[in-house]
Amino acid sequence: MFASFALVVRRDLLVALRRKGDALNVLVFFIIVASLFPLGVGPEPNQLRAMAPGVVWVAALLAALLSLPRLFAADHVDGTLEQMLIAAHPLAAIVIGKVAAHWIVAGLPLALLAPLLGVQYDLPAAALGVLTLAVLIGTPVLSLIGAVGAALTLGLRGAGVLMGLLVLPLYIPVLIFGAGAVTASLAGLDPAPHLSLLGAFLAVCSFVGPWAACAALRVSLD
Amino acid sequence: MTSAQSIADRSEAPGAPIWLRYASPQTFFPLAGALIPWFAAAAALLCAFGLYLAFFVAPTDFQQGEAYRVIFIHVPAAWMSMFLYVVMAFWAGLGLVLNTRLSGMMASAIAPTGAMFTFVALWSGALWGKPTWGTWWVWDARLTSELILLFLYFGFIALKAAIPDPRRADRAGAILALVGVVNIPIIYFSVQWWNTLHQGASVSLTRAPAMAKTMLLGMLVMALAAWMYSFAVCFARVRSIILERERDAAWVESMRSNR
Repeated sequence: MFASFALVVRRDLLVALRRKGDALNVLVFFIIVASLFPLGVGPEPNQLRAMAPGVVWVAALLAALLSLPRLFAADHVDGTLEQMLIAAHPLAAIVIGKVAAHWIVAGLPLALLAPLLGVQYDLPAAALGVLTLAVLIGTPVLSLIGAVGAALTLGLRGAGVLMGLLVLPLYIPVLIFGAGAVTASLAGLDPAPHLSLLGAFLAVCSFVGPWAACAALRVSLD
Repeated sequence: MTSAQSIADRSEAPGAPIWLRYASPQTFFPLAGALIPWFAAAAALLCAFGLYLAFFVAPTDFQQGEAYRVIFIHVPAAWMSMFLYVVMAFWAGLGLVLNTRLSGMMASAIAPTGAMFTFVALWSGALWGKPTWGTWWVWDARLTSELILLFLYFGFIALKAAIPDPRRADRAGAILALVGVVNIPIIYFSVQWWNTLHQGASVSLTRAPAMAKTMLLGMLVMALAAWMYSFAVCFARVRSIILERERDAAWVESMRSNR
């Protein structure tokens, strides 16, 4: 089972490497959205510092949302997904592999870029560290929940926006605790409770996410 | 697929137990039609009684004066919004597991009513907030959770509307509803903790812990009225859905030609 997981991760990473544009577009979107807010709100440093956690996190959520169609849609269009469904390997292993590859391509770079955007908002070093850690723990959760949304809306007209409508309410707890961790750090409080809860979400979604996504894939591909 | 066949066969067999007999759209259709007038009448009577209690019997609140009376609409609507979501998720989940068509149809029928109650709760809450808190909206834990519940309802309705095949739509909606049901307590607690950590929550919606008995009675009567209303409206809606989805069935054809 681990062999099929590794195989799928390697394949998806190869595919992503061959179409670098997809992943890079998402990252540039992340940077642009996070840069829009100071332009709209004004350069007052205290105000920007206060809104930084929320803004960076919302931008990360939207970037994750934009990257989701690439999870299943491309494979669905050329029939590879159906082959994966009827393969001898457990579908859960394949789904976890795809989500892992998606996170490496679309989630991990967000976590690496987040401190740079935090600097734009004049966040202190400790808050930057907490931000990176929070986004690092939170983005796999976004990929896992997003996998369920992507599987449910496979092949539908207007799937992109519909997926946003389905998935964004489910993202809200991640947003609240992710931004809350950084805000706590800014206020001098301990961010550990927030980060622990993010970790708890990751633990729960690692189990529930692939299970629900497998069920949704079978529903969508019948 | 054997599950679907066995339930369909068993529900039409003579002497089938009640819960199985009405699992088929064909048998449930006339039952729902017969029950609607009763539920509607119960809803109307309970609503009349409840509003009478609300406006003429319940005493004026010491702190809030007459403005508190919106509680008789607001609280039942909020209760129904959450209750109907769980009921909807239950039927959708049952349809997913047992592969019954009628369960999915019932879930589709409940969703708009649930969304309506959520909207009424939010709207009446805003109307209550303005005179009492001085603002239409605060990011209190319960308001935020209710708003997210509205989004979850919209998502369910949108997903079902976007999928052309009704069976696939039922199953996809069921997965979404079940994920949402798991998420509701998570959302509520995360919003509650967020609020406590940021604002040191001072606003609370449950005023009057020692509520006058007539106020409580009025609220319960209105809640019961809302429940009866939900039954009537959801049964009427499910009948429309049954006719729409079963329009090629023989019994629907014969009903149409007999008219």
